[in-house]
Amino acid sequence: MAVRVQEADFDVGTELAGLTDGNKRIGGLAVFVGLVREMHVREGYHRDRIDALTLEHYPGMTEAALQEIEAEANRRWPLEATLIVHRYGRMEPGERIVLVAVGSPHREAAFEACEFLVDWLKTKAPFWKLEETPAGDQWVGAHEGDDTAAARWEKK
Amino acid sequence: MKVRYFAWMKRTVGLPEEEITPPAGIETVGDLIVWLRGRSPGHAEALAEGAAFGAAVDQRTATFDVKLAGAREVAFFPPFTGG
Repeated sequence: MAVRVQEADFDVGTELAGLTDGNKRIGGLAVFVGLVREMHVREGYHRDRIDALTLEHYPGMTEAALQEIEAEANRRWPLEATLIVHRYGRMEPGERIVLVAVGSPHREAAFEACEFLVDWLKTKAPFWKLEETPAGDQWVGAHEGDDTAAARWEKK
Repeated sequence: MKVRYFAWMKRTVGLPEEEITPPAGIETVGDLIVWLRGRSPGHAEALAEGAAFGAAVDQRTATFDVKLAGAREVAFFPPFTGG
């Protein structure tokens, strides 16, 4: 289990190799990489070009929140390896923002836990996005779809 | 007690953080919000009733009925938009 919050970019291949090397119980590795998009997409419309994104976070609380989410995934699924790397600072379209990787003996757990981690980190970890657009800087508002996605993992 | 503000709230309040000593009677996060509104027009706007923001007490997400007893750091922030 590992969580990192950093300004620097990461190399996906190096990270995945580091996660699985030496653990031969892993049969499947599910990976999500979030990238900065060059446009705002909401309700299927493309609008508002984005020149760059600045991610602000709450040092200390961010790491704790990500560790809690990671621990929850490990309670729910039989996982052999988990990694969350989330960047902060200014990034331009095409740059990597976040890496979530989950290794498990079987693919079902890896896919599900990876989706769970992405859904929960969007709504439970203290990050905020500021977009630079041709119309000026705009703070990104919470997206209802993200809340819906996160809510489906709440235990009834 | 340190109070911190994030994202647009930091700009609206005009400060990233401040050291405060709330008067007696300020027991919960909600009480603190009401008291902070009186500090400046920026505070009043950022922490306005109906504004979409959340709070953390000592770096754990907290609802407005959470008690402040012994808290060292309270933070206010808009809904999270990471990932």
